[in-house]
Amino acid sequence: MINPDSVGRTFDSADLITVTQSDIDAFAGLIGETDTRVAPPTFSIRITLSQFESVLTKPEIGVDWARLVHGDQKFEIYRPVIAGDIFKCSATIETLRSVAGNEIISVRSDLHNGSELVVSSWATLVVRG
Amino acid sequence: MGDIGGARMIEVGTILPTKIFYLDRGLLKAYADASGDHNPIHQSEEFARSVGLPNVIAHGMLTMALVGKFITDWAGGSANVKEFSARFIKPVIVPAGEKVDLTVTATVIEIDGAQIKLDCVATSAGVKVLGMAKAVVTQ
Repeated sequence: MINPDSVGRTFDSADLITVTQSDIDAFAGLIGETDTRVAPPTFSIRITLSQFESVLTKPEIGVDWARLVHGDQKFEIYRPVIAGDIFKCSATIETLRSVAGNEIISVRSDLHNGSELVVSSWATLVVRG
Repeated sequence: MGDIGGARMIEVGTILPTKIFYLDRGLLKAYADASGDHNPIHQSEEFARSVGLPNVIAHGMLTMALVGKFITDWAGGSANVKEFSARFIKPVIVPAGEKVDLTVTATVIEIDGAQIKLDCVATSAGVKVLGMAKAVVTQ
């Protein structure tokens, strides 16, 4: 059971995350993208999902990551991610509901480079009961 | 109306040419390394079956990344993709030693100035794997 008091809370990443050209090249290479001047549209998931994992598996929130399924995903990309971006990742638990024995968590992630919001993304994560 | 990548006229209802991507276990392993998502349901058949899956499945985000590549190519580059969303409705099942298809197309559903909204369809082995797959791109 996930702690309902966690709804509405925002957690900032402990460390700043620097995007390197080799990170972008590796991700782009997988999907056959040869233009790596900017990151592919879903690249930021690698930053965001690890932040969700570190937040949601905190003992006071209590998600069992091994039982988690990705339900949906949305990105709003205000400008493309590039090598040299240094992100603070803020994860907010927006809603929590229980459906047919599963717990469904809606989370939002905001990636800021300094004061500039670069990507916001939303995920629905289902913890199978 | 607008045009992207030359003289093609784009209007609501325009259907984009279909593209087929192929996934295999090697790609799943590579995606796990590049994305940091090492959930064993994407690597181990034994583990996948133990949690009730028919076989190893692709990361939903790998499927979405490939559809993203389809969109990016049409839009003329990653920098032109402004919004992208999808629901993971069915897994892409990747048996050992096989290459499975991810067949992608899209329809223009809205044009607002320089912004074009696409409704994407992605299937694998004839099964629709993404729902509500939408993207907004600019020229």
